Amino acid sequence: MNSKLGKRAGINLKQYGMGIALIVIFLVFSVLSSGKNFTPMNINNLVMQNSYVVILAVGMLLAIITGNVDLSVGSVVAFVGASSAIMILDWGLPIGIVVLLSLALGLLIGMWQGFFIAYLGVPPFIVTLANMLIFRGLTMVALQGQTKGPLPTSYTIIGAGYLPTYSVQIGNASVELFALIAGILGSALMIFNELKNIRTKKHYGFEIAPLWQTASKLIVITFLVNFFTYKLAVYKGLPFVLAIMLALILIYTFVTQRMVIGRQVYAVGGNAKAAALSGIKTKKVMFWVYANMGLLAALAGVVLSARNASATPKAGDGFELDAIASCYIGGASAYGGTGTVVGAVIGALIMGILNNGMSLIGWSVDIQRVIKGLVLLGAVTIDLLSKKRK
Amino acid sequence: MGDNILEMKHIIKEFASVRALDDVTLTVKRGTIHAICGENGAGKSTLMNVLSGIYAHGNYRGDIYYNGELCKFRDIRDSEAKGIVIIHQELALSPYMSIAENIFLGNEKKSVKGVIDWNKTRASATEVLHKVGLEGESVDMMVGELGVGKQQLVEIAKALAKKVELLILDEPTASLNDEDSKRLLEIIRSLKEHGITCILISHKLNEINAIADAVTVIRDGKTIETLVKGVDDISEERIIRGMVGRELTNRYPPRNNTIGNVVFEVKNWNVFHPEDKTRQVIKNVSFHLRQGEVVGFAGLMGSGRTELAMSLFGKAWGKEISGTIIKDGKQLHLASVKDAINSGLAYVSEDRKSYGLVLDNDVKWNTTLASLDKRFAKMNVINQNEEILASEEYCKKLNTKCTSIEQTVGSLSGGNQQKVVLAKWMLSEPDVLIMDEPTRGIDVGAKYEIYTIINELAASGKSVIVISSEMPELLGTCDRVYVLSEGEIAGELHRDELSQEAIMKLIMNHIGREKKQHEQQIG
Repeated sequence: MNSKLGKRAGINLKQYGMGIALIVIFLVFSVLSSGKNFTPMNINNLVMQNSYVVILAVGMLLAIITGNVDLSVGSVVAFVGASSAIMILDWGLPIGIVVLLSLALGLLIGMWQGFFIAYLGVPPFIVTLANMLIFRGLTMVALQGQTKGPLPTSYTIIGAGYLPTYSVQIGNASVELFALIAGILGSALMIFNELKNIRTKKHYGFEIAPLWQTASKLIVITFLVNFFTYKLAVYKGLPFVLAIMLALILIYTFVTQRMVIGRQVYAVGGNAKAAALSGIKTKKVMFWVYANMGLLAALAGVVLSARNASATPKAGDGFELDAIASCYIGGASAYGGTGTVVGAVIGALIMGILNNGMSLIGWSVDIQRVIKGLVLLGAVTIDLLSKKRK
Repeated sequence: MGDNILEMKHIIKEFASVRALDDVTLTVKRGTIHAICGENGAGKSTLMNVLSGIYAHGNYRGDIYYNGELCKFRDIRDSEAKGIVIIHQELALSPYMSIAENIFLGNEKKSVKGVIDWNKTRASATEVLHKVGLEGESVDMMVGELGVGKQQLVEIAKALAKKVELLILDEPTASLNDEDSKRLLEIIRSLKEHGITCILISHKLNEINAIADAVTVIRDGKTIETLVKGVDDISEERIIRGMVGRELTNRYPPRNNTIGNVVFEVKNWNVFHPEDKTRQVIKNVSFHLRQGEVVGFAGLMGSGRTELAMSLFGKAWGKEISGTIIKDGKQLHLASVKDAINSGLAYVSEDRKSYGLVLDNDVKWNTTLASLDKRFAKMNVINQNEEILASEEYCKKLNTKCTSIEQTVGSLSGGNQQKVVLAKWMLSEPDVLIMDEPTRGIDVGAKYEIYTIINELAASGKSVIVISSEMPELLGTCDRVYVLSEGEIAGELHRDELSQEAIMKLIMNHIGREKKQHEQQIG
């Protein structure tokens, strides 16, 4: 009984370790920047600036679970952004159609890569490296080396806009009510979900984590969520991309943790031969992992071009590396088989907060790169060493 | 004393708690061909690994005298420096290097330190190729372009280039055809004339009979006897008796299954090697299973048992597969493993770590992996609570020892890992369960438990195929045994005809017959 309890607590600590690191880094920078990163505008910027890396990290995580990476995502982001801009500005297509076509284009690119990887057996590193070159080149050709813009506001709302707002004046501050309500509703849903879990566990007669643990977890998360939505409320409300990110995190967490297809991705990454002999169609899994990555890269491409209100040939340069680093920092194994969506998102946020914090205190971009490299190296080394000791 | 090139005295080697070599003594006379015989797992390869320094001095007990001198090899370089070279069953050649490069790999001919002298390399390579009868091949040819037989000869040439005195060959003819085998044996004989001593590990008793000067039989890690040509009888029958003459105690649980009608039938099954389409691995195999029956598949390594099982299991191995599978009177068309699972087949792999388990994941996760769709998911969504219930039930049922179902399987012992694999396949509710070496590498107690599970499965009306290289295991668990040899059914033995001698005889006869047919075709 006792040993079981210890083990459970241990798992939880590891699970929350990255989240705690995230908060600690944020607090350290708030001291260094004398509170500048706590301002509502900065919190809002954090969401906006990091949305595409978060979107890419979610897709990249699946590729990393299979033990591979996708190097082409930065180029696909640029290519999809360029084609959206062309469809809107040159062809005059309606925004809704453009978004759908862009996502379909990304899916097709992903399927094209998946075909080579899964059915022709070309190593993913090589296929995606080749496509990184191909789509960067095609972007240059499509844009003729020029920036294409400006894109209309009906499009830029996706990357830079807000959900509908309803503001009231409290004192001399304007507060957006929907953001506050969303925070309260969100935390209420989370508590309700936790209670439901406890009930089913009781129903099955399983052991339940001690009450103080569950309660303190819920209190901390409720506080963080409402603090976050409050900051957004006193700024301009809920960013549109926040909704996209939350939806992706929820969907992909569910798919990876609760659905058969998610289980199959882990199985292929953990031991492809054993997976195949357990009736899993490993080629099909690999194909869809890369097809999905294409789809999410397209979504990131739309968000990025919308935020910039234009498509540029250099867009998304190096994004693949940020996405890959996010997954590793978030606890995914470089050998495949492990990693979580929430971990990858936290990894992306850690990178984002580091960038943001260092910019606020005036460190140069060059130094920022050094620090990010060290964080990646350190995080993965610590993870590996802790596994070895176990 | 001087005419003994090698004396190994009272060698004991233990792995964890398993004693692989138990007081083995081996004496080899200079300039002879000395054969070592024994069943799979008797300890032959372990003994050779001790001799060649792969298991360093200190990891075993006992003494090795080479040329009358006590040797304490720390690694394979030490033994090679003395002129002992071992050629393993799996060849250690680099396919993308030339013959000359391979021959001098790790032993390069240098002009100055660190610089390879290619002229000297080629000249010396040509010289040793002559000695192994490969004078027709260019030393610049890529080794990968040679056939297996010639590669084997290149290995020997490589050994000769190291100034070998004692050459150890581990199953050199196992993957060769008759012609190549014959040629290889000729070469070994000519080496003897050049004063090189050979230790030959082989299953092919007719070959041993033909060329060996002495035979040492090893069984269960012990030396049983050494037979000398001209003094003792070294006929195949005599050697077989030495190899299998083990007493059966009650290492097997009692059985009470009732055998019903034929439920599973395979007809004219043919399979080709996936990488070499000219190699037919399974030739026209037909067999059947009855309800509640345990059927064994006996055979030597490389006889095609695993390949047969995996090709049946939704074509998980092999190319150009043909033949019919009939289950419950209906013909099955199994295009994938998934089809096979859905049709009530299960295959427990011989290599649980590579093919059975995802080692980084926990017991629960592995237990349900093959039956997620069948049992645990609705609309693709997994019911994780049902997973917990099922895996806890099976841990209890099979007496799997784990701290909890959340323990990663990589940290379990071999026996408990095997139970997790069994649980996984029992959960998929098969009618026909194929178990490939179900007790490989697990201790005696766990073996007994696995046998009990096999019996229970049969008693509950399932049909079980047991593939095993341990003949006593087949005798202890099976109702009927098919003997497979070189991809063909060499014979079928019912329970009352079952004995280790009978199995061995079927195999040896089959190999002999093949040989004769081949000779007739050539002659």
